[in-house]
Amino acid sequence: MNTGSNGALLEVEGLSAGYGGVAVIKDIDLKVAPREIAVIIGPNGAGKSTLLKSVFALTARSAGLVRFRGRDMTGLRTADLVPEGIAAVPQSRNVFPTLTVAENLDIGTYAAPPPDRAEAKERVLSLFPDLATKLTQPAGELSGGQRQMVAMGRALMSAPDLLLLDEPTAGLSPAYLEKIFDLLLEIRASGVTILMVEQNARQALRIADHGHVLVSGRNFASDTGAALLANEEVRRAFLGGAAA
Amino acid sequence: MNDLVFFINLYLVPGLTIGSVYALGAVGISMIFGILRFAHFAHGDLMTVGGYGTLTAVWILPFHPLVVLPFGIALAVGAALAVDRAFYRPLRDLPTIYTVIASFGVALIFRSSAQLIWSSGNQVFLPGIRPPLVLFDTFRIATLHAQVIVLTALIALALHLFLSRSQLGRSMRAVADEPELAAISGLDTERIIRWTWIIGAALAATAGVFAGMDTSMHPNLGWNLLLSMFAAAILGGIGKPLGAMAGGLIIGLAEELATYPWIGTDPLVSPSYKSGVAFAIMVTLLIFRPQGLFKGRLL
Repeated sequence: MNTGSNGALLEVEGLSAGYGGVAVIKDIDLKVAPREIAVIIGPNGAGKSTLLKSVFALTARSAGLVRFRGRDMTGLRTADLVPEGIAAVPQSRNVFPTLTVAENLDIGTYAAPPPDRAEAKERVLSLFPDLATKLTQPAGELSGGQRQMVAMGRALMSAPDLLLLDEPTAGLSPAYLEKIFDLLLEIRASGVTILMVEQNARQALRIADHGHVLVSGRNFASDTGAALLANEEVRRAFLGGAAA
Repeated sequence: MNDLVFFINLYLVPGLTIGSVYALGAVGISMIFGILRFAHFAHGDLMTVGGYGTLTAVWILPFHPLVVLPFGIALAVGAALAVDRAFYRPLRDLPTIYTVIASFGVALIFRSSAQLIWSSGNQVFLPGIRPPLVLFDTFRIATLHAQVIVLTALIALALHLFLSRSQLGRSMRAVADEPELAAISGLDTERIIRWTWIIGAALAATAGVFAGMDTSMHPNLGWNLLLSMFAAAILGGIGKPLGAMAGGLIIGLAEELATYPWIGTDPLVSPSYKSGVAFAIMVTLLIFRPQGLFKGRLL
């Protein structure tokens, strides 16, 4: 995997973005190393999702740089980022409800065809074996947790280097929450770098290599997951006070 | 027996024929609504443009209208892509009502241009009377009606395979389902929109030629069919192309069969009120089952 000069897969520098001319995130710096899980946490309205969306060119950026593998991606559209090796899963409306599970997965290969489609599908189904029996079912008929798996499966079909996830556990039962976190570790083990926004900050930091705390649209703290869990200030402000 | 033959020859087959015309028009309306999210009021007049394009080719080349149909299709596709580029695309990010109103304007442009170029009179594709196909010595079916029904069935089959098997067809369904997710998945929405116009306009031109051959070409040809086609698209469930085709057949049959002398010897509904049947079906659906028969999107 090619990386930037300093070894980062994704570098965000001085990024500001927002809606209708109002900046939601301001002057954000962020580095994601290859094959790591990086988690963005912070209070509601801190701009976590906006940061993820602006990395993926879904939100208008007013300043700053996004570099992927050392190359400037700032001018590229979302549709151009997928062939570069970035895939994303939005928080809601993340499957095509009237398309079957198999068709949902297939859509993931159109913009960035993997070298071997059958192999890609096999790899995704080995990560999400629950889906194998539901391939001909419309994705809209699945449960929330199963939909999340279809959505992540679709994103992984293009064999991306970087996977952006916006609150993958939102609205899921605690059982599914554990399952999704286990899957994230498996996905990382398969060589995919993950940058995710997560509401369940404590659990997310436990599996994260690095955590980035955002407050009011600005960088508040960045450190390893373990260090942030141990950080008194972060714990008091964002993790509900009690020791991890 | 005679009653049945009479029914089939004079009501069922013509009903399926006009139903096929509606089906081919409604499928475009439904796809455009599914992907571009607006009711395309110029779709009837796009049929007219395709009809006149084919008529002109018939004047120049000594071939059957169905042979030179590709010329009409090319004109309609060109017209659709041009108006999308010039009028609809700049309005894409605004509320869709702007585009709906723009499509009324485009409808007027198409109709008035047709009047200007091809005159406002009636013109026929093939002069003279052709003998019908006689099957089993009893059924007398106009050759054109047989051609229309068979070709429409083939088109429906091809469309089904296209939407379910091909990459482009699946991408179209994906954009109709969740446009934002389609963009996130890296699908090129503008390219998919272009193909929606190409397919919608090609089918509209085909329908226009069928309708023009069945009666005659005139500038109001497509506009007069628009109401029934919208009824068909709603009946089939908006955004469900094959549902729209089924809806077209049902509306066409309902209009024709309503004029059958079901009670006594007079037509149940006077033929001049035929399109009222489509209107009644549409209003009833919108009140009681707005998602259509095949669970489409709510308007």
